[in-house]
Amino acid sequence: MGRKILTDKIVIPGINTFEVYKNNGGYAAATKALKQMTPSEVTEEVKKSGLRGRGGAGFPTGMKWSFLDRTTPGPRYLVCNADESEPGTFKDRYLIEKIPHLLVEGLIISSFALGAETTYVYVRGEFKTQIGILSKAIREAYENGFLGKNILGTSYNLDIYVHSGAGAYICGEETALLESLEGKRGNPRLKPPFPAVKGLYGRPTVVNNVETLAAVVPIINIGGDEYAKIGIGKSTGTKLISACGNINNPGVYEIELGLPVETFLNSPEYCGGVKGGKSLKAIVPGGSSVPILPANLILKTAAGENRLITYESLSDGGFVSGSMLGSGGFIVYDENQCIVRNTWNFTRFYHHESCGQCSPCREGTGWMEKVLHRLEHGEGRHKDIDLLVSVAKRIEGNTICPLGDAAAWPVAAAIRHFRHEFEYHVENPEIVKNHKHAPVPLKEMEKV
Amino acid sequence: MQVTIDNITIEVPEGTTILQAARMIGGDVVPPAMCYFSKLKGSGGKCRTCLVRVAKSSEKDPRPMPKLVASCSTPVQHGMVVENSTSQEVLDTRKSIVEFLLINHPLDCPVCDQAGECDLQNLSYEHGIEATRYEEGRREFPQIDIGENIKLHMNRCILCYRCVYAINQLTDGRVHGVLYRGDASEISTFIKNSVDNEFSGNVIDVCPVGALTDRTFRFKSRVWFLKPMDAHRDCPTCSGKTVLWMHGNEIYRVTSRKDQYAEVEEFICNECRFEKKDVNDWVVEGPRKIDKKSVISANHYEMLKKAAVINPVKKVIVKESEK
Repeated sequence: MGRKILTDKIVIPGINTFEVYKNNGGYAAATKALKQMTPSEVTEEVKKSGLRGRGGAGFPTGMKWSFLDRTTPGPRYLVCNADESEPGTFKDRYLIEKIPHLLVEGLIISSFALGAETTYVYVRGEFKTQIGILSKAIREAYENGFLGKNILGTSYNLDIYVHSGAGAYICGEETALLESLEGKRGNPRLKPPFPAVKGLYGRPTVVNNVETLAAVVPIINIGGDEYAKIGIGKSTGTKLISACGNINNPGVYEIELGLPVETFLNSPEYCGGVKGGKSLKAIVPGGSSVPILPANLILKTAAGENRLITYESLSDGGFVSGSMLGSGGFIVYDENQCIVRNTWNFTRFYHHESCGQCSPCREGTGWMEKVLHRLEHGEGRHKDIDLLVSVAKRIEGNTICPLGDAAAWPVAAAIRHFRHEFEYHVENPEIVKNHKHAPVPLKEMEKV
Repeated sequence: MQVTIDNITIEVPEGTTILQAARMIGGDVVPPAMCYFSKLKGSGGKCRTCLVRVAKSSEKDPRPMPKLVASCSTPVQHGMVVENSTSQEVLDTRKSIVEFLLINHPLDCPVCDQAGECDLQNLSYEHGIEATRYEEGRREFPQIDIGENIKLHMNRCILCYRCVYAINQLTDGRVHGVLYRGDASEISTFIKNSVDNEFSGNVIDVCPVGALTDRTFRFKSRVWFLKPMDAHRDCPTCSGKTVLWMHGNEIYRVTSRKDQYAEVEEFICNECRFEKKDVNDWVVEGPRKIDKKSVISANHYEMLKKAAVINPVKKVIVKESEK
């Protein structure tokens, strides 16, 4: 049983209310930080903890905080990115829904550390219920003196505003999020300048993911050093993994980083194995944006070592034989799933969500989607496969924001590892046309 | 601050972007730019045609930058080494950007008013490939009139956002912008408004392609059959400095003056642009020097240089104004 520090109290009935949360040790960290620590001490603890951004990029949080321009007079902002829209990722929603006060407390501590007196939570528009729950939690915190003027009798003031998005995936990109928060069209900004220098309303801003900010609470409670002991190497602490697909127990699990993928997949405590006793075909380990890996490569690295759920181990082998931890959306495919159809589905998503600002992404995502649509519907040709690889390569790295990369990687990886399935679709148009085709037989190498 | 672009070193003031530095050097080291427009604040970074490789970030940090960067929006640092046409990677990427820009472009140059002075046309002649690999349907939009004098042909648009910035920065009241997203996004007026104020015509000049065209000039003539003449008038609204596109003594259209990078020198008002089509309204200064290697100068420039002295329009008008 792994150690749980974020979701340990989730089973307590009524934990989403202030009363129950406080009686179970809640807001102790906020009290400790505000009354006994200075902002730089809080930042120091977070640095010591080795906490890395949980939104997907994995950038060290303490370092991000230290980049914040604290010298220019005027307001600074903390923005919480709760625009969780990645297909396969649903951990932030779970956290907000079950234990909203953990996020509120994390926001209070982090805002205090950053010297921000106004904090925004940008919540995905579709999360109507969660917005209600979070707003209620914030209201309760105001009523109990944890928000507003002179919090806990200190000279620190903080206001938290919840802002609802309007249904665009791109607004999860931090600069697009800031544009959207300012009331503009959610187009990503050119960087530099980075938000730490010029962010919301042109002011220094830190944008952090929900889970990152929630993790600040246990870090203050147990101390940065203690937190750093959890996990392996540079992947410290615990991570929420949202598991879905063909598994027995889909859901959100808190794991200690360093858990082997195989254990996570097969242990009854977590996913409980592939559903129906079928064999595993592939796994997308970090949300739709990261490369898909076939069964043999997701369980063991190319060098034959056990693949662990850490930032380093999952990206071992680069994009040739590795993937990424990303946002922790663990999607499992059994032997009956069609990789071409899945790739088309992902690409359709990115085509729909591209903001259309820069040319490679605007034109390239649509192009890939159309070609994949043809392949999936039995109208593909062999040269289409190479065309897809070429288009993906031409998008990758040439766009303003990472959405271009996120659209290109799954296509490139699917063709890299499952080229035979694409070829099968080309060679058997009559069968695939009706979507009634038997799944492409597993190649020998993929059998586990 | 020192920067080296394609092995040529130049001293530039702080805050200069790579593209501006390259333009100071001039010639082949200048990356093409479809969306950047020096006079419009915030423009640039979108089309990605100006991507260059930074082989050395600065004197302090000699590492190369991990990805190609947009030269129009990346400020230079002391000791930066930039590769534009000397890097095969940059040229290959530029080729792919041209491909992306063209896959949904209708390629209707034969009936497009912009042909001959189109940035996209020039770009694809220089960096494009002859055949297309795109076999899918191209996106289509209905043509709309935004305002009395401007035609929006969205099929041709490459979404450079220049017109959006132009309208926002030159005129009051936001009436047009980008609707929808991804490859469905389109330039449009908000709720069937028309773009109607005295500087709106400048969107035609900032448009790098034939998406925004002058309705008073549509299908009247090919630009290379016209003689561009510098002219001015005493205009109460704008500087009045324009280029008249003439055939004989007839003015076919009026545009603002553009520099060698197709950037407007001074924005002009709609009255000058759309209403003053009589040669007597203008003081003609002489033939316009077209710097670009375009069909316009190929047809006329050399000839006009010789013919300048015998230009009847110039002589007559200048004499009259002198009196």
